[in-house]
Amino acid sequence: MNIATWVAIAASAVAAATPLIYAALGELVTERAGVLNLGVEGMMLVGAITGFAVGISTGSLLLAYVAAAAAGALMALLFGVLTLSLQTNQVATGLALTLFGVGLSAFAGRAFVGLPIARVPVLHIPLLSDLPVIGELLFHFDVLEYLGLALCAAISWLLRSTRAGLRLRAVGESPATAHELGEPVTRIRYLAVLFGGAMSGIAGAYLSTALTPMWVEGMTTGRGWIALALVVFGTWKPWRVLGGAYLFGTVTVLQLYAQGLGIRVPSEFLSMLPYAATIIVLVIICRDPRTILLNQPASLGRSFHPGH
Amino acid sequence: MRLASSPLAALAMLATIFLTLSVLGKDPVAAFKVFFVEPFGSLYGIGELLLKATPLMICALGLAVGYRANVWNIGAEGQFTMGAIAGSGIGLFHGAALGAGALPLMLTAGVLGGMAWAAIPAFLRARFHTSEIFTSLMLVYIAQLFLSYLVHGPWRDPAGQNFPQSQPFPDNALLPPLFEGVRANGGLILALVLAALSWWFGSVTAAGYRMRVSGLAPAAAAYAGISPRWNIWLALMISGGAAGLAGILEVAGPIGVLQPVISPGYGFAAIIVAFVGRLHPIGIVLASLLMSALYLGGESAQIELQLPASVSGLFQGALLFFLLAAELFIHFRLRRLRA
Repeated sequence: MNIATWVAIAASAVAAATPLIYAALGELVTERAGVLNLGVEGMMLVGAITGFAVGISTGSLLLAYVAAAAAGALMALLFGVLTLSLQTNQVATGLALTLFGVGLSAFAGRAFVGLPIARVPVLHIPLLSDLPVIGELLFHFDVLEYLGLALCAAISWLLRSTRAGLRLRAVGESPATAHELGEPVTRIRYLAVLFGGAMSGIAGAYLSTALTPMWVEGMTTGRGWIALALVVFGTWKPWRVLGGAYLFGTVTVLQLYAQGLGIRVPSEFLSMLPYAATIIVLVIICRDPRTILLNQPASLGRSFHPGH
Repeated sequence: MRLASSPLAALAMLATIFLTLSVLGKDPVAAFKVFFVEPFGSLYGIGELLLKATPLMICALGLAVGYRANVWNIGAEGQFTMGAIAGSGIGLFHGAALGAGALPLMLTAGVLGGMAWAAIPAFLRARFHTSEIFTSLMLVYIAQLFLSYLVHGPWRDPAGQNFPQSQPFPDNALLPPLFEGVRANGGLILALVLAALSWWFGSVTAAGYRMRVSGLAPAAAAYAGISPRWNIWLALMISGGAAGLAGILEVAGPIGVLQPVISPGYGFAAIIVAFVGRLHPIGIVLASLLMSALYLGGESAQIELQLPASVSGLFQGALLFFLLAAELFIHFRLRRLRA
């Protein structure tokens, strides 16, 4: 194992973490508003096929990501109408959104299986990218990998230091109180749900245009669920979620390099690692119920009827 | 009135099928025939309908027990896989020696395999407060990878020309068809018996009553001394065992061999079946027939209408949305009358 290999591992770990970052941060905002959307996997898949299809038809990656975000938001709107306006059960509706997204993306993607697409390019920063080792390690990413970091910083700042963030958190902690104070609870929740959907759409598009530039049915392989678990693992705090995503990115790519590291285990067992790791970190976080009680938005998953 | 939501959702889904196919330039009447007439047109077709309804019915009956108690096992697909693996282990390696005892032992192993896999989320929820939604789902991927390992590695048929599949089951380890000309087998009878048992468990036994109370009013249940841990275990053992049974019935029935993919998502579709059946045994029997028709329709649509088979997944997902929405319209009506 030389330095070049370690640098390559770090680079692919960041790439593998990127879809998780977008999806988990989007869901974090949704959950901080008190809404649990279990449809991340479905929204990601719809974003993945939309981004891929638009990217291939127009040749513009910018349009691809705009379309993917819009498609994810549209899926989230469906969830919002059902859970926020019609007050259906959030768990059941989120599951339905995932099952629907799996079917819809497979159906819509039938014409795109096996087509090649140009990968999102790595951003070349003059001088910095050319530095030996450091340049390879820190300045060899694509624009979405950098933006993921910026997104985390922005959400963290927004939630902690702005009036908008305070209103969002108030709605998530105690919608009844927020309502008494004149906050438009349902509208704020809609915005949070739509934001979460758009981020999931982008996360999906990153899968199909950057991480593995192609369309395969069900290509998220549980990443939407891992993103949901990351929000819990990060105790609803953006920077911890980001750290968790990088951790999972590392676990995911280690299997690709395990042979090189001299680990002789059947590949299926290595592929189990991210799923097993998800279970393990959830157990560690949930072991003490107070951790969840103190950090989870108090009204998470509960419908709010403004009329009451 | 409450019972109206499922038929209402089914009707809305029919309208969606018509609309989607018209938009795609297919003749909706021809499509309707493919989805809802042809499967019933022949004895073989009806047999296929019942064959595909069986795993859906069994999985959904188990899941419904848990959902009534607010235990959200969404990993039936994984328990299905582990049940199939456990049962196949008996059938493949001891099947010939066991004679007539092979099938009962395989089915028992299937149930136990599903239960063992469901015991993980049960333990983690009961002991470490970890949401069974995430753990049961993660275990689906792990189970599928384990199956893939077995059929690519130690259980691969050496005479199978490098195909990733096990040896075919010996004849005495295969479920015979109910009668000539169909593929449906004794699993269907078992599923109907389970439906009756599930009705009895839910409406007659004290354990079933306690589970319903925990689902509807957790605080009241705790006050009455109903153990939430016991309910979590019971719910996951029942749903896991049922899914495991469905898994071994599938490989010992229509498939006859262990291969990397043994289910077109029955464990997930069963979630929809459980809800569309309103968590009631009779409803689940009917809903599993509807979902089975959607699977068959998807298959024939591929051949006759040049549509991808995934079209059935789309309609199945839509069905659940319509159901959730329909229930709410009914709910709102009740509230207005009260006010």
